Amino acid sequence: MIEINGTAHDRAPRPGQCLRTYLREEGLFGVKKGCDAGDCGACTVHVDGEPVHSCVYPAFRADGHRVTTIEGLGTPDDLHPVQQSFLDAQGFQCGFCTAGMIMTSAALSADQRADLPRALKGNLCRCTGYRAVADAIAGACGVPSYASSFSSSCGAGSSSVSSCGGGSSVGSSLGAPAGPQVVTGVARYTFDLDVPGLLHLKVLRSPHAHARIIGVDAAAALAVPGVEAVMTHRDAPDRLFSTAQHENEAEDPYDTRVLDEILRFVGQRVAAVVATSEAAAEEGCRRLVVEYEVLPHVVDPVAALAAGAPVIHAGKGVPEGISRAADNVVGELHASLGDVAAGFAEADFVSSGTFRTARVQHASLETHGAVGWLDDDGRLVLRSSTQTPFLTRRAVARLYDLPQDRVRVIAGRVGGGFGGKQEMLVEDLVALAVLRTGRPVKWEYTRAEQFTGATTRHPFVVTVKAGARATGELTALQLNVLVDTGAYGNHGTSVMHHGCHETVAVYKCANIRTDAVTVYTNTVPAGAFRGYGLGQVTFAVEQVLDDLSRQTGLDPVTFRELNVVRQGDDLTAPGDHVDDLGIASYGLDQCLAHIRAASPTYSATTSPPSSPTVPPTASPLSAPAAPPAASPLPATTVPAPPAASPLPATEPTAAASPPASASSPALTGAPAGTSLSASTGAPAGASPPASIGAPAGASPSASIGAPAGASPPASIGGPVPAMQDGGEEAPDGWLVGEGMAIAMIASGPPGGHFADATVKALGGGRYELAVGTAEFGNGSTTVFAQIVADELATTPDKVVIRQSDTDLVSHDTGAFASTGVVVAGRAVLRAARSLRTGGDGHGFFDGTPRSVAFNAQWFRVAIDPDTGELRILRSVHSADAGTVMNPAQLRGQIEGGVAQAIGATLSEHVDISDTGEVTTTAFRQYHLPTFADIPRTEVHFADTTDAIGPLGAKSMSESPFNPVAPALANAIRDATGIRMTDLPYTADRIWLALQEKKGAI
Amino acid sequence: MDLNTVTEVISPAAPGCWRPGDAWLGGGTALFGEPRPDVRRLLDLTAAGWPPLTVHDDGSVEIAATCTVAALYERLGRHAIVRQCCHAFLASFKIWNVATVGGNLCAALPAGPMISLAVALDASLLLIGPDGAGRRVPAASFVTGEGTTVLREGELLRSLHIPASSFAARYACRRGSLHRHGRSAALLIGRGSSAGVILTVTAATRRPHVLRLPADDLAAIPAGDYVDDVHGRPIWRQHLTRHYAAQILAELS
Repeated sequence: MIEINGTAHDRAPRPGQCLRTYLREEGLFGVKKGCDAGDCGACTVHVDGEPVHSCVYPAFRADGHRVTTIEGLGTPDDLHPVQQSFLDAQGFQCGFCTAGMIMTSAALSADQRADLPRALKGNLCRCTGYRAVADAIAGACGVPSYASSFSSSCGAGSSSVSSCGGGSSVGSSLGAPAGPQVVTGVARYTFDLDVPGLLHLKVLRSPHAHARIIGVDAAAALAVPGVEAVMTHRDAPDRLFSTAQHENEAEDPYDTRVLDEILRFVGQRVAAVVATSEAAAEEGCRRLVVEYEVLPHVVDPVAALAAGAPVIHAGKGVPEGISRAADNVVGELHASLGDVAAGFAEADFVSSGTFRTARVQHASLETHGAVGWLDDDGRLVLRSSTQTPFLTRRAVARLYDLPQDRVRVIAGRVGGGFGGKQEMLVEDLVALAVLRTGRPVKWEYTRAEQFTGATTRHPFVVTVKAGARATGELTALQLNVLVDTGAYGNHGTSVMHHGCHETVAVYKCANIRTDAVTVYTNTVPAGAFRGYGLGQVTFAVEQVLDDLSRQTGLDPVTFRELNVVRQGDDLTAPGDHVDDLGIASYGLDQCLAHIRAASPTYSATTSPPSSPTVPPTASPLSAPAAPPAASPLPATTVPAPPAASPLPATEPTAAASPPASASSPALTGAPAGTSLSASTGAPAGASPPASIGAPAGASPSASIGAPAGASPPASIGGPVPAMQDGGEEAPDGWLVGEGMAIAMIASGPPGGHFADATVKALGGGRYELAVGTAEFGNGSTTVFAQIVADELATTPDKVVIRQSDTDLVSHDTGAFASTGVVVAGRAVLRAARSLRTGGDGHGFFDGTPRSVAFNAQWFRVAIDPDTGELRILRSVHSADAGTVMNPAQLRGQIEGGVAQAIGATLSEHVDISDTGEVTTTAFRQYHLPTFADIPRTEVHFADTTDAIGPLGAKSMSESPFNPVAPALANAIRDATGIRMTDLPYTADRIWLALQEKKGAI
Repeated sequence: MDLNTVTEVISPAAPGCWRPGDAWLGGGTALFGEPRPDVRRLLDLTAAGWPPLTVHDDGSVEIAATCTVAALYERLGRHAIVRQCCHAFLASFKIWNVATVGGNLCAALPAGPMISLAVALDASLLLIGPDGAGRRVPAASFVTGEGTTVLREGELLRSLHIPASSFAARYACRRGSLHRHGRSAALLIGRGSSAGVILTVTAATRRPHVLRLPADDLAAIPAGDYVDDVHGRPIWRQHLTRHYAAQILAELS
């Protein structure tokens, strides 16, 4: 007998079962399967009051003991204090780690609470960047709860803005509608349901990087008790598709089969076994006898381009969307603007470098997977962990010759995405199994399969050459880009095009040349990942421009101010681009001003060099930091933006809709035009941001993260010596440097991104919103509630939201490409407005035209020359997201993006052996940032209102990721004099670079 | 994770139970943390009722292999070196509640901090064979390589014996990792003695190395003995070893 939450459970566990699985089988779905290896803590429960990781706790051992799960800690009507504080501080995003985080926090001693970096080393959160978790544990309160929309349960005193009186919900820090369910473990994720008669699917994966299947002998597998079916390539439809999902299907090559006779990477599906238990399915896989003809393979993208390299997709070509299949080239871009040779001839300074980014895994804590069944009507239903239910329906229907109305795709709450679930990685095979057996089938990836059989961020090799005049103006930019798409071309070409666009379009440069190719290799496929190519190319461009700014003698902010696009400029880049992209609001000047204010060096006097012979400035922090001095730049370098947007406001804000301005009282808590006392990113005495570049009378809007005189930003977990500006002090003898970078992103993809929404009155003042978009911690659901509430003059708790189900609305392209607010939110606004004005309550948006959002990141770092250890002393991020719909959520998106990017910059790398095998297949080998690894980041918002986005809002989900790696690289360069070109910057690599510089190695 | 090939749990297990396909089960945190498709039976030692920690009259301490890390920390945490080795775990305090001292030794990972502790404290290990006969080996020679030990087929680790003098000694500890609370890439413990410093090098190397400074030379550790994996490059681990050894020598001199 095991006592669970006070109730006796008599069913005996299986001998090798872990407690987590037993508890879930008993219906305790709040206990999550994250890493399945004791690393992530999502499965934390208490046994006799002691917290344990239930995934590595033998279930039989719980016999005779008391187990408490998140469901036993408290309920939505009777929250445990820790649940309440996680709700109050919104200490979650997707919420998949939250039950474990709460169960751990509830068990901490006072000593442990005083040292959270150590106490929480067994709890991984991929979304938040941990600041909100720290606030929750500290009992800080940021937001009004959803149920009591306008009465925060914890009063004032937090750094977040929570006032939201006057019936204005947009602009308030409303908590997520699902918050009470998330913190009590009753939110239902993909696998949190009990399906009678469920079969389990497991796949045998290829041991070879390149091989042909000669034969599969399934006799022994079929003899395993419980095995119902074995499926091989002979059972799969003879039809090609792409796992990538886009509105415009032609974006991705059709190069993939559900099960293929040719295996192109170690880890590709060979065959699937469906059985009555996971154990039987696994045993069935082990009993399959497969004969392979091993083929020559290539794992290096340069080698894949060489003459004589193995051809990975022989027999396919342009009709399938592959540019040059015989050369392993999926897609390519060779184009110019102006004349780069002439541009370099004009340059007084030229800088160049070659940069490499690593494979990175999304590491959403909920793995890929789906559960499929036939409903009473015989219709195929798929409940999937997906960002694209509607596109997945379309893809499954076509694969199996089904009309779209015979397929229904549903997403429950999704446990993290980051682009990884803009992909059909499981639904095709689950559908085949359901259609074959007629029974419900579940396939849940293991954590190891996430590494070997899902996708990664595309590894890039980028060479950038840039030229500038002595005065700093860019004269030429040249990009040479090599993208490794792995064995399949999903997203490969689009990521390349996107990566080569906004990264250079943000600069005014008359002469740009781009040569880019995306190449097949026999490795695990790459796919969509937060930033979608921008981060990789930005990593290179922003470092070369940093070098160029050093050559010109300008500080990097001044150099950017000289060269970035301004309101009214066209956004141009080599190649053909959809022309619906423009600057419908401009806040990059404000973003840069915030960075200048953060840096004592940049805010000190800077003067452009008088001649090209001026040597590069020495590392500015090798000398005592110059005192910040109020010295506005020469006005000529910073043209004031035009007052009005040149783009027409296609969705004029209705007079009845109050919160049109980012400087509304709801957002800032202060009258428009008044500088916020809370915007203390600037050190005392520094030039205020408003003195540089910002329109007269304007002010930086909500700036959060560093309350004046309060806890230093980098000290989440313990006292550290603090600098006057809130940063941490460097230890004696360490090398100190600072660096910054910027990024621009289009608010949505080119070529169409569609959303339908409907709002209807339920009576009693309540409304129901139906929208297609999935919720995976992106927070768009919260914003939808705010939009509807304001438009219909009610409160968000009166808005019931149904979503991510293909039965609800006619179409939704999906929650990707940073479109949750700007596309789906626009459709929601139109739907609510339609209902308000007597229409049918339907809203639609086709995703065009598009605006751009901006980000800037600055770091000060210290490096221990003896060990290579890097410590982030201070982190400042500024973002132009247009109207800030929900400051707390926006801050969370930015902090989470910065944290994920810090992971990609300082620790994460999926390694592949010479034989093509992924060698990092668990979180023990693939280090996700823990609480201890992430500094507190000060977040500043620009004060702009977009002419296109709903209520003036712009995208801000992918883009905070993008400037982080180059900003860190530039800070390392500043500290050490070394331009490190290859990610990630782990301590051993930094130390090695220091040795090489000294000539010691 | 579920060990789906396991068909039986023998609890409590005893010496002599073992047959091919069996796995000794301590806390289970390591065993259940990776796929084990070859395991058919679990031999549960934690139910054997071994007293976790016994202080003998002579001041020496007997630690059962099944003593949890949390119990060790609670009982011996007054010694800084014990605290430091517990904190060197990549795993959190929640794992300490279940994971055993013996389990960490038998996993024989370079970064196993209970190995570091046992070697630095000059522990003697009691091993019991399938026939019930015991033998003692010094902790320093128990781990032979990454994941390998002197344990024979069917043999189990029963306990660690730590002499009283070990608790009276002065220690200095240094740990290096790619990340602040990450897996140890080098864990060095120095023990002051009249003849100098007895230095235990772990985590950086495939197996523990014990040197007497200043008589011995760190160069005695072959370059090929430094671990080469994602937790740090061998040349860096070798450098950390020298760097920390110098610090420890200075601290204890």
